[in-house]
Amino acid sequence: MVSIQNLHKKFGKNQVLKGVDLSINDGGIFAVLGPNGSGKTTLIKSVLGMVIPNKGNIEVLGNNIKKNSDYRHKIDYLPQIANFPSNLKVKELIKMIKDLRKNTNEDERLIKLFKLEPFLDKKLGNLSGGTKQKVNIVLTFMFDSPLIILDEPTTGLDPISLIRLKDLIQAEKTKGKTILITSHIMSFVEEVSDEIVFLLEGKIYFKGTIQDLKTKTKQPDFEHAIASILSNNHA
Amino acid sequence: MNKFIVFLLVILLTHTSYAQNIEVCKTCPTSTIKEAITKAKDFDTITIKKGTYKEYNIIINKPITIVGENYPVIDGELKGEIITITSDNVTVDGLFIINVGTSYTEDYAAIRVRKSKNFVIQNLVLEKLFFGIYIEKSNYGKVYHNKIIGDAVEEYNSGNGIQLWYSNYIEIEHNYVEHVRDGIYLEFSDNCLIKNNVSAENLRYGLHFMFSNDDIYQDNTFENNGAGVAVMFSKKIKMLNNTFKENWGTASYGMLLKEINDAEIIGNTFQENTIGINIEGSNRITYKNNNFINNGWAVKVRGACYTNSFLENNFLYNSFDISYNSKVNDNVFDRNYWSNYTGYDLNKDGIGDVPYRPVKLFSYIVNRTPETIILLRSLFIDIIDFSEKVSPVFTPDNLLDNNPLTKKATW
Amino acid sequence: MLKILKYSFYDLMRSRWSYVYFAFYLLLGIVLLFLNNDLSKAVITLMNVIIVLVPLIGTIFGVMYYYNSKEFTELLLAQPLKRSSIFLGQYLGVALSLSMSLILGLGIPFVFYGLFKSAAIWDFSLLLITGIFLTLIFTALAFNIALSNENKIKGFGYAILLWLFLAIIYDGIFLMTLIMFEDYPLDKVSLIGTMLNPIDLSRTLILLKLDISALLGYTGAVFKQFFGTSFGLIVSFSVLVIWVLLPVWRISVKSKKKDF
Repeated sequence: MVSIQNLHKKFGKNQVLKGVDLSINDGGIFAVLGPNGSGKTTLIKSVLGMVIPNKGNIEVLGNNIKKNSDYRHKIDYLPQIANFPSNLKVKELIKMIKDLRKNTNEDERLIKLFKLEPFLDKKLGNLSGGTKQKVNIVLTFMFDSPLIILDEPTTGLDPISLIRLKDLIQAEKTKGKTILITSHIMSFVEEVSDEIVFLLEGKIYFKGTIQDLKTKTKQPDFEHAIASILSNNHA
Repeated sequence: MNKFIVFLLVILLTHTSYAQNIEVCKTCPTSTIKEAITKAKDFDTITIKKGTYKEYNIIINKPITIVGENYPVIDGELKGEIITITSDNVTVDGLFIINVGTSYTEDYAAIRVRKSKNFVIQNLVLEKLFFGIYIEKSNYGKVYHNKIIGDAVEEYNSGNGIQLWYSNYIEIEHNYVEHVRDGIYLEFSDNCLIKNNVSAENLRYGLHFMFSNDDIYQDNTFENNGAGVAVMFSKKIKMLNNTFKENWGTASYGMLLKEINDAEIIGNTFQENTIGINIEGSNRITYKNNNFINNGWAVKVRGACYTNSFLENNFLYNSFDISYNSKVNDNVFDRNYWSNYTGYDLNKDGIGDVPYRPVKLFSYIVNRTPETIILLRSLFIDIIDFSEKVSPVFTPDNLLDNNPLTKKATW
Repeated sequence: MLKILKYSFYDLMRSRWSYVYFAFYLLLGIVLLFLNNDLSKAVITLMNVIIVLVPLIGTIFGVMYYYNSKEFTELLLAQPLKRSSIFLGQYLGVALSLSMSLILGLGIPFVFYGLFKSAAIWDFSLLLITGIFLTLIFTALAFNIALSNENKIKGFGYAILLWLFLAIIYDGIFLMTLIMFEDYPLDKVSLIGTMLNPIDLSRTLILLKLDISALLGYTGAVFKQFFGTSFGLIVSFSVLVIWVLLPVWRISVKSKKKDF
């Protein structure tokens, strides 16, 4: 699905990615983890073509992303901060995104699922962070693309919505899609992901299942396993 | 008393009964104008019928009237002067005169008046001419309602439309002159009245006069002439209600005043000229109730101008209102309307509470470095003009209109 | 790109600033025409306003819109859309909505005043066309500045500086240069100097209409050819078009290389 070779990225003097090699197979949920500033978002944005790498190669579904941007029609992306044009109404935003990408009827189901009907005629500027995130989720999941990238999807969500999001992710997985997630909520990662990629100082420190990680770090649970990686490295 | 009237009547009646009418046409007994003049006695009338008469050097040496019917054409075939009047009391009326000869040694004219009195020249149409109507050393004449259309291209080989030289008490009215060198030209001619003429598209000046005093110029239009109007070395002239329009170019003025003293310039309109009035060495002139509209410079004062007064004029949308090239000012500006005035009138008496400074610093800069004109209306220029306005350094600090009007002056 | 233009335009048409801008021009037009009752004077005042204010507002608005719609841009970037069309669409959205405010704000009072029956319609149209050009140019320059500066404060600073430089400082330097080298033939230099600054260029275009009498007073042959014939008008407009195209081209190049 996604294959990354020798990816380097510098922002000014700050070398964020120092030669990342990663391949993600079709189907399943992959979590990209790492401490703050480890390059998670940069990695994801590189895949999306939003960050231009200094060096290295990225292929998505067999297409080199440098050549053209059509591959992005096959990706649904949930950005980290959901700040929309504040003058637009929710309804109009959804209509606009559909207009920009392609038409779909999935949005109605998702709106019902997240109980967004009362907000459809409200301006985005007047919505709470959580509601905005729900709108964000609707926008992402309403298209049926083989690759879904979620950057901190749980931000601001109430428990019920969180459960619905998890269900949604699982449902997409069963359709055979590939889902890439970054999150700080370890319990969420542990619950949903099949495989994790751990980034540290611009390199892939670990790639494998959570079980593998626990075995490798000899820790009984996931959170401690992560913590041990961090403390060992910083020690 | 009664006897006297009877006597007069007798004189008049015998007079008219003696006066004959001679007809000229191709098939008449008299077929040329020259022949008719030879045949005519004093106070006869010669009627010229419609047709083309190829004649030149026609000399009118007796007091007769020549009238054209339906504009007969007199074609000089470029051979020389066409009509010369050398007698008093001659009237020439209704002719179409073409093809005056061109010479570099002699000023051939379509019609010349030499040392004569009481002449009338009217309703002529002159085309393809060198000089048009040339009046020398003649007095008390009238030049009415003529149309002079030249085809001058170069100054050195073209002549003037109406020229007066040492001629006094002449009335020039309702003439139309275009495409000659100077439309109307006066030299050493006093007490003349120039009224209701149009002088346009001439190579050099629409009106040009020198050493001519006590003349009145009234209700004329001078438009789109090479260098506008030049008025030089003359005293006590009156220029009333004339229009000076669209005289554009480097050395082009609505009006150039040079060494003019004690004149009155009232009620004129100067519109869209590069320079409305250019003044040099002119004193004691009253400028009143004139409109200066859309000129590059409304008034350019070149120095040695004293005791002039500018009263109740309208200065509207000129790029520069007044330009001075010195720091000395002896002229008065009072109660004018300036469209560039930005002051206020709190007591609503129609007079702005803040004096207006019509000379801008930028006009000095442009005088010095003409290319800077390209920065006209730039914000930077506005800023330096403003600072100069607040504390004058380069401009005469007594050059002020202390009573700027807040509404256009009317009269 | 057209779709993005449409949404940016709609977005701005709802923003309060577009209305402030529109209302400002409306008010200006009404005050100039109906309180002053002097069309020629109104056109001259408008010229001053357009030359100074339109670039300022274009720059500020361009920078502001860019920074304020950063998240929206990211949302668009996440969609399968071409980068250049995202930014050009947004740019055109801003430039067009500003132009609309200008045209309507000034146009409405002038139409009510009886513009169509007046001889000033050409002067007025020229003013509006120049205003639109300035909006296009300065919004594009603003986008360039914003694209090159992540820091909002810095971006605003540079934008204001750019305006200050082109509107005032440039002319000061220009004037000094002309005076310093007054012994040399300067007419070509002064025309080139004008071409290099879009504000000066627009001013010249308007001068061609308002102050032709004064401009023709200068002797230089190049000047005469430039101002005396339609040559000046054609050259000025062509250079204005280049002034629009260059920064727009840079927007599209810069946006392709930028990280988000």
